[in-house]
Parts: sequence; structure tokens; C-alpha cells
Amino acid sequence: MMRLEPRTDPSNIMIGLTPILAVLATMIFGGLLFVFLGKNPFDAIRMIFWDPLLGEHAFYYRGQILVKAAPLIMIALGLSFGFRAGIWNIGAEGQFIMGAVIGGATGLALYPMDSFIVFPLMILMGSIGGLLWGLIPAYLKIKFNANEILVSLMLVYVAFNFLVGMVTGPLRNPDGFNFPESRSFQDFPSAHNPELWSGTGIHWGVLVTLGIVIMAYIAITRHIFGFNVRLAGQAPRAAKFAGVNPNKMIAICLGLSGALAGMAGLFELTGPAGKLTTTFPVGYGFTAIIVAFLGRLHPIGILFAGLLLAVTYVGGDIIQSQLSLPKASIQVFQGMLLFFLLAVDVLVNFKIRIGKRITK
Amino acid sequence: MDISVVSLIASLIVAATPILLAATGELIVEKSGVLNLGVEGMMIMGAICGFIAAVNSGSPFVGFCIAAISGAILSLLFAILTQYLLANQVASGLALTLFGLGLAALLGHSYSGIKPPSSPKFEWFGMSDISIIGPIIFNHDLMVYFSVFLVLIVWIFLKFTRAGLILRAVGENHDAAHALGYKVIRIRVLAIMFGGACAGLGGAYLSLIRVPQWTEGMTAGAGWIALAIVVFASWKPWRLILGAYLFGGVTILQLNLQANGFAIPVSYLSMAPYLVTIVVLVIMSADRTRASVNAPASLGKIFHASS
Repeated sequence: MMRLEPRTDPSNIMIGLTPILAVLATMIFGGLLFVFLGKNPFDAIRMIFWDPLLGEHAFYYRGQILVKAAPLIMIALGLSFGFRAGIWNIGAEGQFIMGAVIGGATGLALYPMDSFIVFPLMILMGSIGGLLWGLIPAYLKIKFNANEILVSLMLVYVAFNFLVGMVTGPLRNPDGFNFPESRSFQDFPSAHNPELWSGTGIHWGVLVTLGIVIMAYIAITRHIFGFNVRLAGQAPRAAKFAGVNPNKMIAICLGLSGALAGMAGLFELTGPAGKLTTTFPVGYGFTAIIVAFLGRLHPIGILFAGLLLAVTYVGGDIIQSQLSLPKASIQVFQGMLLFFLLAVDVLVNFKIRIGKRITK
Repeated sequence: MDISVVSLIASLIVAATPILLAATGELIVEKSGVLNLGVEGMMIMGAICGFIAAVNSGSPFVGFCIAAISGAILSLLFAILTQYLLANQVASGLALTLFGLGLAALLGHSYSGIKPPSSPKFEWFGMSDISIIGPIIFNHDLMVYFSVFLVLIVWIFLKFTRAGLILRAVGENHDAAHALGYKVIRIRVLAIMFGGACAGLGGAYLSLIRVPQWTEGMTAGAGWIALAIVVFASWKPWRLILGAYLFGGVTILQLNLQANGFAIPVSYLSMAPYLVTIVVLVIMSADRTRASVNAPASLGKIFHASS
């Protein structure tokens, strides 16, 4: 008989090893999925994980990886603080949308002003948009004890409908033949978030993301805030005695993750997306949840997890065009990854013992 | 504006049924002390598997059976993760939703734009001709009555049977239930699978009767709303009907306002069901003592026999 025996301390080796095990398991079972779809699994796995990094056209894909990794990492960093403290913001997608809409609207209101102040102002307003959207579930949780998981998720649908209302109404491009989309930020130089070095995919959002990784690392390992977050998650009662105000924690964690998601939305809008459309949200806010867990809620881990998920996004585009597989297959792949990660996670806190229980 | 109250009530019942089915299943799951946030994923898997089965067999009945089975199988993944591998229930539920949405989109790739076989109305021997009551109550398909019947069964099960008592005991205090010799894990796995089957049925109701066709992401948050309705109902079966029909009413009302060219743009009207869900959640949670008395005490906690 197999059974689980609790470890006295979490295994440090397993903390590092389990994400790798999860990726390997996903490759194996993902391969089986492709067999089931009638494709060569080795080709598919190679296209997803190898071609974007080191394949024939990798010089193009590498830039794409950074473009997709930046919002994932930025959102996941924000979420990781809340997840550590047991505060579940799963509405990052909505905060991402609101950041883009509020920040974008600020820019469009100033069109065609030619000033260096426009873009920083948009970033600020985007972050505030996400912050406020994140504070709604925080307020309802603190004041009325409403479940933040459900409220933040419901607000994703509200935000999406708000976006649709905006691009078919006030923010519709006045010179745009009535299409439901805003003015393009590429034609508005002082609000544009361009590729800074041609071919690298690096835009302002990528640089800011790197800065936030470092700040998050310092916050979680060196700062009292990071300590309080970890304490609130692992021992809520001890945290209370240590003077950590749980309500303040809820507001900070939801507000922070909202602000970062909103900022990511603004960078995405002014750079890679280019304009507000109804297809602007592509699910980064949900994938970022996987990134946060895969990165073990640690900033450096999230950096690598974000890059890996970005690789699978780019790889997903490749298999879509070359093997004519639907886009959704990569979503299955990403979901599987989270499943396996949660499954092998048991090894961190438990040992597997084979044989009969030894009676004490 | 021309909105007939009778047809409004009749269609709100149809709009509420998928959510009522999923919420009834989730109620049992939560009563056993497990929080499964994967309802959305199980619903959409039920929607596509039921759709595929119904289209290929020509029978909606087969579709519903397959939908229930597929929902239960998907929920088994969640059960293994949370009950045997002791994974965090919130994270596992989210994983189930993300995985289910992806897998459903993949399976349904070649099924968009097809019409499913239609489900006949249940025959009430002419009672559907009675004015007002007829069209509201006696003019629906079998699943509408089944969903209400299921609530009745669940109520009887929880309130009057020994098995229901054990299920509630497991949800209130799993250590005590374990000490009494009840198989906590086994009971919870069965409850989770029942929840999965109900969510699958709810999803299939969407794709086979309510819409009826397959579109990617067609559940549009219905699974999450079902979760909210369980909170709204304070974990009491009968109140599920009230919650689901209230939600159905808001949905149908805003659809009717849209169709009648009401002065508010469509996208803002579409927010209504989600906003109402938030408002309802806030009202029901505001009384902290009552909320904590009604919620199963072991909800979301991990059980391991050694500790």
C-alpha cells in the first residue's frame, strides 16, 4: 500500500523540483493528447517548447516571447502577494481590461497632444483604473464579508461589457468607419509604446516588468510587508497578534494586484495590441494565475514561469499554423500544467511511503 | 415596449434551469465540506460532450446522460487532487475551470453552427392550455421539472436520511466524522462526482435547449453564478430555486429590454446579471454571524487522517 507521511519541514529540494516534474508530466500527457488528435506528438512538443527558443525562425519568436511574458509576469507578481496571504484575486483579467480602458481613455482624451507627459500619465491612470477595480472586491470583502473570489470574477464580465460599451460608444474612432474599435495608438506618437530595439520585442512594459520583479523580490524577502504577507497566509492568528491588520492586508493585496494588472493592460494596449477592440482581452489575467503558482509565488520563480508560459503561447501559435490545430489546444496544455503542478506539490509536504503502516 | 409577463416568467424558468442544476450539485459538494470552484469548467464540458453525443445519436436524452458522465469524470480529477493529493481546493478548482474551458473549446472545434436535436415538451395531458398557469408551469421540457425534482430529492436526502446526516457531519467536522469511523475521503469523492454530474447536466441544458447550439465559452460565467447562488441560498436547497429564478429573471428582463431597443446600450444591460449576483452576494454575506452559522464548518479545509 502507498500512503503519505507528513514531513516535519517542507522539502526544499521538492520546492525546486516539482515545477520541473510538472512540466515533464505535461509534455508526456500533452503528447498523448496530440496522438489523440492524430498528430505526431514529438513534432508538436518540439514546436511548442523548442522552436520558439532555438528553432529556425527563433529570431522572430524570441521577441514575441518577451512581449507575451511581460504582462503575464507583471500580473502574476501582483497576484502572488495575495495568494500567499490567502486572498484570492482571480479577476485580474477584469483589472487588466479596466487599466487599458481608463489609461487608454486618458490618452485618447488628450489626442493629438504632443508632449512627453502623455504616456506616463496614461500609465498612471491605467494603474489607478486597475487599482480601483481591484479595490471593489476588497471593499465588499472588508465591509460586507462578500467572497472576493466570486466578486472579482463577476467583475471580469462587467469590465468586458464596459469595454464593449466604450469601443462602440465614447471611445470609438471618429475617423474609423463605425468599426467597434478605438483610435490606433501607433498613430499617436506621444502615447505609443513602441518596440525599443527592433526585433527584440522589448517595449517599456518589459523594462518596467523587470524592475517590478526586483522590487517584488526585495519586498517579499527583505521587507516587513513581505514578512507580514507570509505570516498572514501561514498563521493568520499569529499575524493578528503581531499587529497585522487583516482588513488592511486585503485592501493592499487586492489593490496592488489590481494596479499591476491595470498597468500591464495599459502597456499591452499602447504597444502590442495597438488599439482597444472587443478582442483586446486574450486571457492573460487567467493564465497569470498559472504563472503565479508555477513560479511558487516567488518573484524569481514567476519570472521563469512567465517566460515558460510565454513560450507555450508562441508555440501554440506555431502548432496552430503548422499542424492546423485549434488555438484551444494550448489552453488545454496550460490547464494540464497547473493540474500536474498541484498534483506533484504533495511531495513538498509529504513523503510517499510504500508498505504497511508502522504502528507506534 | 411590449413585454408579456407570462412569456417572461416562462422563459426565466428556462434561463434559470442550467444554473439551478449546477447549484444543486455544488450544494451537496459544499455540504460535504469541499469547495469546488471548477463548476464553470465542468459545465462547459457537459455542454460540449452532451452536444456532441446528442448530435451524433440524434437523442437529447443520450446527450444529457453523456453530459452528466463527462462532468463527473472531470470532477474526479478535482477529487483526486484535493482528496488524495491534498492540493489546495481553490487552486485546484481554478485549474479545473481553465482546463475544462480549453478542452471544451478543443472538442467543440468542429461543432459550431450545428443545430442539436430538439427536446420535446413534457406532456401534461392538455394542462398547458390553461390560461396563464399553463404556459408558465405546464409547457416546459422534462429537464425543467427534473431540476426542481432534484432540489426536492436533495432536500429529502439532507434532511431525512441517515446518509444525508453523515454527509453533513463530514462537512461540519471531518475529524469527528473520521473518529466515528465514516470514510471521509470516500464520501467527499462521491459528493464531488455528484456535483460534477449536475454541473454537466446544467451545461448540456445550455447547449441543447436554452441556446441551443455550441459556441466557445458559452457558459459565460454561469458556473460562477451557480457558486454565488449556493451562498445566496445559505446552503438550503429550497432557496436555490429562489436564487436561480431571480437570476433567470434578471437575465430575461435585460434580454427583453435589449430586444425592445431600450435606451441603455446593450453592453451595459449585459452587465446586469453579474452586478445582481454581486449585490445578492453582498446582502447575504453582510450578516457575518448568520453566514458563519449556515456555512459548513469544514468548508475548504484539507483532511488527512494522520494529523
